[in-house]
Amino acid sequence: MGFWRNQLSGPTNPAADAAWDRHEARKGFFTDTSICIGCKACEVACKEWNGVPEDGLDLLNQSYDNTGALGASTWRHVAFVEQTSDRIEQARESGRRLVALGMPTVRGADQLTPAETPPAAAAPGPTDPAIPDMRWLMASDVCKHCTHAACLDVCPTGALFRTEFGTVVVQDDVCNGCGYCVAACPFGVIERRRGDEGHESTGQSHGISIKGAPSGWSHQNPPSYAASNGEVKNVGIAQKCTLCYDRLGAGQTPACAQACPTTSIKFGDLDEMRATARARVAELHDLGFSEARLYGVDDNDGVGGTGSTFLLLDEPEIYGLPPDPRVTTADLPDMFRKAGYAGLAMLGLAAASFVGRRR
Amino acid sequence: MTTNPFDADRPPERTRRGKGQRRSDQNGGGRRRDESLMVPDVSFDSYYGRHIVKPAPWGKEIAAYLFLGGVAAGSALLAAGGRALGYPALRRVGRVAAIGAAALGGGALAKDLGKPSRALNMMRTVKLTSPMSVGSWILTAFSGFSSLALASEVTQAVTERSHGGATRSGGSALARVVRILEVVDGPATAGAALFAPPLAAYTAVLLADTATPTWHESYRELPFVFVSSANLAAAGLALVAVPTAQNGPARKLAALSALTETLAFERMQEKLGPVLSAPLRTGKSGRLLRASKALTIAGAVGSVALGRSRVGAAVSGIALMAGSVCLRLGVFEAGMVSAIDPKYTVEPQRQRLAARRAAGVVDDSITTAR
Repeated sequence: MGFWRNQLSGPTNPAADAAWDRHEARKGFFTDTSICIGCKACEVACKEWNGVPEDGLDLLNQSYDNTGALGASTWRHVAFVEQTSDRIEQARESGRRLVALGMPTVRGADQLTPAETPPAAAAPGPTDPAIPDMRWLMASDVCKHCTHAACLDVCPTGALFRTEFGTVVVQDDVCNGCGYCVAACPFGVIERRRGDEGHESTGQSHGISIKGAPSGWSHQNPPSYAASNGEVKNVGIAQKCTLCYDRLGAGQTPACAQACPTTSIKFGDLDEMRATARARVAELHDLGFSEARLYGVDDNDGVGGTGSTFLLLDEPEIYGLPPDPRVTTADLPDMFRKAGYAGLAMLGLAAASFVGRRR
Repeated sequence: MTTNPFDADRPPERTRRGKGQRRSDQNGGGRRRDESLMVPDVSFDSYYGRHIVKPAPWGKEIAAYLFLGGVAAGSALLAAGGRALGYPALRRVGRVAAIGAAALGGGALAKDLGKPSRALNMMRTVKLTSPMSVGSWILTAFSGFSSLALASEVTQAVTERSHGGATRSGGSALARVVRILEVVDGPATAGAALFAPPLAAYTAVLLADTATPTWHESYRELPFVFVSSANLAAAGLALVAVPTAQNGPARKLAALSALTETLAFERMQEKLGPVLSAPLRTGKSGRLLRASKALTIAGAVGSVALGRSRVGAAVSGIALMAGSVCLRLGVFEAGMVSAIDPKYTVEPQRQRLAARRAAGVVDDSITTAR
């Protein structure tokens, strides 16, 4: 049972579970948003390397973010949030509460030895830096390459697969565009590419307008010129970050990390990335920036830990990240069980309706 | 957002002219309003009000499939009962409806794909973690058995019309086919009836096994709602198409399933809690689901009270089918609403995180201090 217990949730080694006989270290990103300058070089480098088409040129009324969100043609997305001092104080306060929760009693493998444990930074010491009048949060978001990837679990064709590096990649020649992965991803990363082929050419019907934007502005960017002219590849196919699988195979760094001018995006073995992240957040706490926190380093979270870790300076939902994501397939055995009971109930109802005298 | 020292000293907002109507037509969608008005009045935070999870990129074809799959499954059960207990009209209608609805539903599924030309890639693998893969195989098996049953039904009708003997006893290829179909009639009926409950129930798992908040959190009760709705739709179709002398089982099925569906749906709403059940109660999805309830109850009462009159049965049957359509559309739409508004993703997640922390579990959060 040991093997099966952690196949749908909990800490595990996804590449080994996928029966890879090649042993590669699990690879991942550490995105340190505290040194992101919002240059969007990662977005550009990603598009250039992976041949990701343009997905609409619009002003979205969201600070300097005119990309919107991760999607089929946006595999790196830089979020911009402008905050005033009261919000910064709130972020610092929520960070302090997080620190006060104490050191998690780690159940998983990547246990910190006491020597590595950073000094407590709970108390707002005299070193607390002054709160500025305003600040800009900039964060480059990307696919999390979850240990338990809902997109991969629910894919009916086997188009999504786990690589030897522990990452999750779509085979665009297999995917038939069923869209199940889109609904399953707890982070809203993967998306079906819109364009000329298939019924999606007219854009999504479920877009909603942006607060404060003139009516008619939609969540979904309108199809670009290239898309409306059938010049786009993989239309109707689910697309997302591959963690540059092609570059990894050649021992190269993914394009976004390579292009990042401030080393905000770091790439390497996942263990190393998590250690770097922990060291960095401890450093920031020591400097009094208690708002700093990590996202995705804990293997006991709802998706079994992520391949992409982040250092955030506010609550995750501020950046458009879910505060407590959970892989939907963790509940799948129970779902099938309930469906089984319901099926029996259906048989029972049908049988009961044939009982009794003929009328 | 800009700030200056005078922000705090702003005069109170002037009350708007008129009856507080929006002035969207005058000032370009209200863009020129005071910035303080643009701060969203909500208790949760989000990134510019954008959704976190993405709504399923599914069109109305999928909602239609939910209904058609239900019709197919329920009809196969009625056909099996009709065959076993001697309701030939019920059997005939059930068999035609089972394969007809399954075929239409399968077509709807293929049409909704991003690459319809690759529809058969669904048969590339068997994957138990994907309800869509499991469902594709269920639908395939169900359709196989149902089409055999229909073929048998058709040859029976043909041989009866040509006064039996001649076609059946000859040594021709046709006669051989007729004899084979006579033998497989029983297994085909049983096979279709066996795969009918999974066909009706798996669609609930299909919706629930997503990050769409209202769908996922309703996974305990949604299968019961969906199988009842399948029974109701099939019973409705039988009431419309079967002579009153043989519609007794359909009327009983309508009454029993309406009761089950109403109870399961109430329980589902209750379990979802006030936040996640809001899409089921409000807006377009709420209206659809209220209409579904009214139609279902009216149809069930009508089928019991008036089901022995041809017109009464037909009208009740139509109401039951319309009720099932509204239910499927309503649940489908409610899920979309819950995915698009980040409130439904953030609030329940924050609540469960806070509840776990309050219970002393601090090692399973994705956000950590170190």
